[in-house]
Amino acid sequence: MTQYILRRFLWAIPVLLGASFLVFWSIRWVPGDPAIAIAGELATPELVEKVRAELGLDQPLPIQYGIYLGRMLRGDMGTSVRSGLPVFEEIRIRLPRTLQLTFFSLLFAAAIGIPIGVLSATRANTWIDALSMIFALLGVSMPIFWLGLMLIVFFALTLPSWLGLNQPILPPTGAGTWQHLVMPTIALAANSMAIQARMTRASMLEVLRSDYIRTARAKGVPEFSVVYNHGLRNALIPIVTVIGLQFGTLLGGAVLTETVFAWPGIGRLLVDSIGYRDYPVIQGTVLVITVGFVLVNILVDVLYAYLDPRIRYT
Amino acid sequence: MTASSGSIVTRQGGDVALRAPRSNLSMTLRRLARSPGAILGATLVAMFILIGIFAPVLAPYDFEAADFVKVRQPPSAEHWLGTDELGRDLLSRLLYGARLSLVVGLISVGIGVLIGAPLGLISGYAGGRVDQVIMRLMDILLAFPSILLAILMVAAFGPSLTNAMIAIGVVSIPVYARLMRGSTLSIKEELYIEASRSVGTPSHHILTRHVLPNTIAPIVVQSTLQIAVAIQASAALGFLGLGAPPDVPEWGNMLQKGRTYILSAPHIVVFPGLAIMLVVLGFNLMGDGLRDALDPRMAR
Repeated sequence: MTQYILRRFLWAIPVLLGASFLVFWSIRWVPGDPAIAIAGELATPELVEKVRAELGLDQPLPIQYGIYLGRMLRGDMGTSVRSGLPVFEEIRIRLPRTLQLTFFSLLFAAAIGIPIGVLSATRANTWIDALSMIFALLGVSMPIFWLGLMLIVFFALTLPSWLGLNQPILPPTGAGTWQHLVMPTIALAANSMAIQARMTRASMLEVLRSDYIRTARAKGVPEFSVVYNHGLRNALIPIVTVIGLQFGTLLGGAVLTETVFAWPGIGRLLVDSIGYRDYPVIQGTVLVITVGFVLVNILVDVLYAYLDPRIRYT
Repeated sequence: MTASSGSIVTRQGGDVALRAPRSNLSMTLRRLARSPGAILGATLVAMFILIGIFAPVLAPYDFEAADFVKVRQPPSAEHWLGTDELGRDLLSRLLYGARLSLVVGLISVGIGVLIGAPLGLISGYAGGRVDQVIMRLMDILLAFPSILLAILMVAAFGPSLTNAMIAIGVVSIPVYARLMRGSTLSIKEELYIEASRSVGTPSHHILTRHVLPNTIAPIVVQSTLQIAVAIQASAALGFLGLGAPPDVPEWGNMLQKGRTYILSAPHIVVFPGLAIMLVVLGFNLMGDGLRDALDPRMAR
């Protein structure tokens, strides 16, 4: 197992190097002088020159990348053009909010998605199954930012008017209390919930057809125990993988959800920074989310190998 | 193989050696017609394409004509879906938006297929170091959550509909490369390829005449599903202000503009989102249906 984990981490090094190179290189795609892009359009010529010297922008590309990588490893992501604060600090303040939203969304998606999948599989080809799968398909097809907007309409406009209230049931924007968390969590979870429901259904159907389930039924094990103790336990292995992979996808989706609900996380920081052409922050946030995405994927692989020992030997 | 022998194969659950040839269009269509989901999907997609093509004929008003006396009006007999923040007819803008989404979907998927598929084909057929290099490059692109890579590209190149299309297309390259590589690897081992190689057929001939035609089915299925992804991604970029210029009636753009008035005129955000959802649903249903119809072993 240790060897597998080690191999998996070694495998990630070239991928992370490649991804960081792409982020580093992206500043060259911006039309004009990269030094001005990094220092900001309103920067003084002295500051632009200082940035050029610091980042080695007059050196060959591999050396520039080496300097960049060294700075990243020390946690030095440059300075925000907009706020003048270190990018690392800007991200550090906001990251917990994004992680909080992502974590709750994942939990919510699993809590609803897996039972729907189980229900669908145990009642395969009935109207309950059809309804659940239509629900899942809608969840996959719905743009999460639109769902967010619709939740705002419902909780801040429709529901209060039905109840004869003058104020929103839930706060439409901001963060701080659990009420603030409800709408962004649902919006971000919708896609993931639908995928988990579909995955659980497929996995459960496969398991429920297997011989040991037939044996369990034949020897008179109660149906509930057949489904949950014998069925779901074994069906969970691929589902756990999907849940893990969803965490990374949700980190990306947080960019949209945070924009809809003015949630003060790093997704919103990224979108705001684009408006201000704050490239050091754009590069920093993209890199942090990507590194998180890659690490989570490795953890999922390791967890999968732990749950299913056959994986380690392939 | 005749159509009748194909149907026997289907009833038996499908065997690799006996499977009906993929060119058997009538069999595929017959299987598609038996799936209610696929029919619904195809209907939605057909409507979307027709609306995209005939938008100028169908639109009741000029989509750019502002009427400041009638701003943010709810749906009425005069304006079926109401008017937007500048008094423009929402239905007309939605219809023109379908045309934009259709173009974005087709072009970005085209970029993904035209670059990704040949890369996968070469990677799978050549193997060795070429395969290693191409696939590691694809791994790097896959290391990013896809929306994030698109955002990074559009942020650097500058927001525009063209850049959004390119970004969405580039993000889908590894999807096609991996798919094509997988198909090529399995087809490469088939006896007829071995036979062709042993009589001295040049590689490019084997690739274009034998391997490529046999990998079309999974590419078609993936592209159908990918158009849905592209339309959603383009709307997302538009919503973040990274797509088309503000006045263009792109659906994501319309949602971004309407967001400001969400509590006073919610209809401005309801309809564009509904349109995105229906079109994406259509392509998803059709993609699922096509996959099952082209490969009966996949059907549950």
